Amino acid sequence: MTEARQGHGGNRQAENAQVPGIVEARGIRKVFVRKHDTTVALERLDLTVPRGEITALVGPDGAGKTTFMRLVCGLMKPTEGRLHVAGLDVAAHPQQVQDALSYMPQRFGLYEDLTVLENLELYARLHGVPEDVRQQRFDHLLAMTELAAFTGRLAGRLSGGMKQKLGLACTLVRSPKLLLLDEPTVGVDPLSRRELWVILEQMVREEHLSVLVSTAYMEEAARCRSVFVLNHGRILAHGTPADLCGLAAGCCYGVVPPAGMAMRTLQDRLLREPAVLDAVPAAGRVRFTTRGRPEELSALRELQLAAQPLVPRLEDGFMMLLKDDEARQSVTAPAAGAAAMTKAPQALQAPDRAAGTPAAAGAPVEIEVRDLVKMFGDFTAVAHTSFDVRRGEVFGLLGPNGAGKTTTFRMLCGLLPATSGKLRVAGVDLRTARTQARANIGYVAQKFSLYGGLSVYENLRFFGGAYGLYGHRLRQRIAAVMEEFQLKEQADVRADRLPGGYKQRLSMAAALIHEPKILFLDEPTSGIDPLARRAFWQQITQLSAQGTTIIITTHFMEEAEYCDRFMIQDHGKLLVLGSPAEIRARLGRQGAGMDDIFVAIVEQARGGTADA
Amino acid sequence: MHKGFFRRLAALTRKETLELLRDQSSLLMGVVLPLILILIIGYGLSLDVKNVPTAVVLEDSSPTARQFVSFTQGSEYFRPVFVHSLTEAEQKMRRHEVSAILYVPQDFSRRLAQRDAQVQLLLCGTESTTAMSAQGYVESSVLAWAAEQGLMRSARGQVSVTSRIWFNDANTSTWFYLPGILMLVLTISGVFLTAVVMAREWEHGTFESLFVTPMRIAELILAKMIPYFCVALMGMSLCLLAGRYLYELPMRGSMVLILGESMLYLIVALGLGLVISAVTKNQFLACHTSLMISFLPSVLLSGFIFDLHVEPWFIRLVSEIFPTTYYLELMKSLFLTGNYPPLIVRDTFILLGFAVFFLWLAFYLTRKELEE
Repeated sequence: MTEARQGHGGNRQAENAQVPGIVEARGIRKVFVRKHDTTVALERLDLTVPRGEITALVGPDGAGKTTFMRLVCGLMKPTEGRLHVAGLDVAAHPQQVQDALSYMPQRFGLYEDLTVLENLELYARLHGVPEDVRQQRFDHLLAMTELAAFTGRLAGRLSGGMKQKLGLACTLVRSPKLLLLDEPTVGVDPLSRRELWVILEQMVREEHLSVLVSTAYMEEAARCRSVFVLNHGRILAHGTPADLCGLAAGCCYGVVPPAGMAMRTLQDRLLREPAVLDAVPAAGRVRFTTRGRPEELSALRELQLAAQPLVPRLEDGFMMLLKDDEARQSVTAPAAGAAAMTKAPQALQAPDRAAGTPAAAGAPVEIEVRDLVKMFGDFTAVAHTSFDVRRGEVFGLLGPNGAGKTTTFRMLCGLLPATSGKLRVAGVDLRTARTQARANIGYVAQKFSLYGGLSVYENLRFFGGAYGLYGHRLRQRIAAVMEEFQLKEQADVRADRLPGGYKQRLSMAAALIHEPKILFLDEPTSGIDPLARRAFWQQITQLSAQGTTIIITTHFMEEAEYCDRFMIQDHGKLLVLGSPAEIRARLGRQGAGMDDIFVAIVEQARGGTADA
Repeated sequence: MHKGFFRRLAALTRKETLELLRDQSSLLMGVVLPLILILIIGYGLSLDVKNVPTAVVLEDSSPTARQFVSFTQGSEYFRPVFVHSLTEAEQKMRRHEVSAILYVPQDFSRRLAQRDAQVQLLLCGTESTTAMSAQGYVESSVLAWAAEQGLMRSARGQVSVTSRIWFNDANTSTWFYLPGILMLVLTISGVFLTAVVMAREWEHGTFESLFVTPMRIAELILAKMIPYFCVALMGMSLCLLAGRYLYELPMRGSMVLILGESMLYLIVALGLGLVISAVTKNQFLACHTSLMISFLPSVLLSGFIFDLHVEPWFIRLVSEIFPTTYYLELMKSLFLTGNYPPLIVRDTFILLGFAVFFLWLAFYLTRKELEE
């Protein structure tokens, strides 16, 4: 498979060979047979989870992480292969296995109509935790999760981070032989995510827990003892985080774009070079990996930029593995959707503008927001928020789930009336002329609002018609967006049968069919794999270079690096607003990652209120 | 029975009860809905035909003729309008001002003397129930009048026609409907509530973490049934109290039997609800399925509104596959006619069969497994 396996990781496996792991999977295959297709979720998986440590399962969405977790829990049966948990055959004794382990599914599995304490009590009683031990255990868990003050609150009223911690506490009402966590931190703010890992590491130390955790965040995987990288149901690599980082050793570089050029523009040019495996804006520079020599890259030569070598991160190794795997896949199956999904959009039509400046301060204001407030009853979803967005800017609304970004966003698109404040979009007051404003807006909703029963072409024809296009103009625009988003081959495919990446492109195409001045994108990158995310941002870079103003929400903090300016909201309050460089300078944290920036800002804000 | 069965059952039942108490909609469906049904159907929906608007065309103005039509006046069954000609009466009927025309021809008294008198009754067929009732009222009134006049005398002596409606002396449809309301209340709180609560857990993904505990399926199913059984019992008590005190329902059968059979039917309904949610795993689908296979048959095919004895054989056959039919038959019999052992024994066994079947099916279909 990879060098990592034969390297350090190989030794570790040899050590573990005497003591069987808590999970022993041999030749696991899982096939889903549905009405229209058959999907192979896992393809002959061999995997050992060692005892007493944290093991990570990483991979893009659809790699088979959740399926594997469910197999381990006995919630599903493998099509082929043998699976032992704590020495028990899962297929033969699912109940014994379930008695021994704890599992936190992606949606936390909490009862929202029960309070924090009632949720804990339910699980404690089900697991038969004796009354006297229970109280002590609860006190410990509540103290660790900082939920002690909220025991009487309904679980449904907790923030995402608190729910996640309560979910974890419910799995720890007694000490399980194996703890399974399926993407426990998706959409949760970086601060809560770190707190969760601290708790987890403490429990592993105190009780020698064996943990298997699946995650999409590489910095979380980097905290584990060993990591399995999954893609398309197969294990690409296995080793310690250091082993996997080592895959990218000597291949990582950083380059700072010249003054006046957006990081995303340089990233886009680098990604177009065949020798570049991955490029991503991070910590104020563009980070890229190549197996060749950076001096030979034409993008850097033309711009006369020098790249500095960087210490590889786990993500660099991971992206290299994925990229190599996708390349192999596209050789063996050229028509495979997965490979086509990550194809870069066509080169920019207007290279002059592509050299692109971050939207100049002199550009006209497209969106003007003053003192925007939204109340739901006595709950303040958005508190006194003011900002401007200029033409051609990429403006990010960031924050954890429940921070108020979707509410702000909906007010901007005219989907939700504001409680008070001034809101002008494309020179039109949203309070008085909502319809007029909408003609200038393209909107991509979080759950792509496509008609599943209609084909790609029919969807586009419908949305074009809805925006008032007809006849020759409509046909011309449909052809144009299908070309732009490479949807021609799928023109007659029903929207609900498209793979995730295609759905996303079709939603974009539908939102852009009437050539709006402003494009709103609500969480467009959640649930799509990292390679497709790179391609998506290249598309955004291109649109912005053509003069489209882009407003985007995301819970991936690192995606702030793609924005010209962004704001971070938390609990409805505007915490910070500015360009990535400005914000770093203001906090005095040059070279810090966006998660660190968020944590610093939130801690500053909370410290501020404590002083006041 | 596995170790810790009762402890886990208690924990799950407690959780279920808390959720039920916090979710207003379940209580609303279990308690408020029965109350509304009782009041609406009891007071609002009535098939009793009273105050039939009748045009009386009196071409014969003799005292005998006048006396003959006098039964229409001062009766709660008729609301007479006197008109002068048949044409005028006909126009009134076309305008839906009257539902019946009683035509007394010019030669009525003359032919009465010859014992050959005829009157004509014209009924508006668009309201067939009203028409049938009106016909019955007129016929019996005419016969009564004739008897009074000594016109019915025959060689064999006095013959009088006396009709009496058994088991529902007052012939009030409220009495007829109350067992039906009881059946509806139990069906709604049994089938709908359980179908939705199970499906909700599938939808919210809470089963995924609940399944990975020592909990057994039997515990889960029982814990889902117990609170809703209690809610449905409350609804049932409301129905019985209303029947007794608001509508003075006779309740001729044994109260123990009424309660026992209702609880048995409730178990059938809860079992059906569990089966529906095990199959659909989706609240919306569960609701629709419950509507199709429990609520609509309960209303239309159980004999609640339409008497099954007068339905075509295939409709009767279809109605026989639904447990509601047997329960309603039992309730009508227990409320209005009293204990009739052969019927009670037969229907009890049928309901018992349904209960066992549905519970087994629910148990069989609910697995600690996820499909996708």
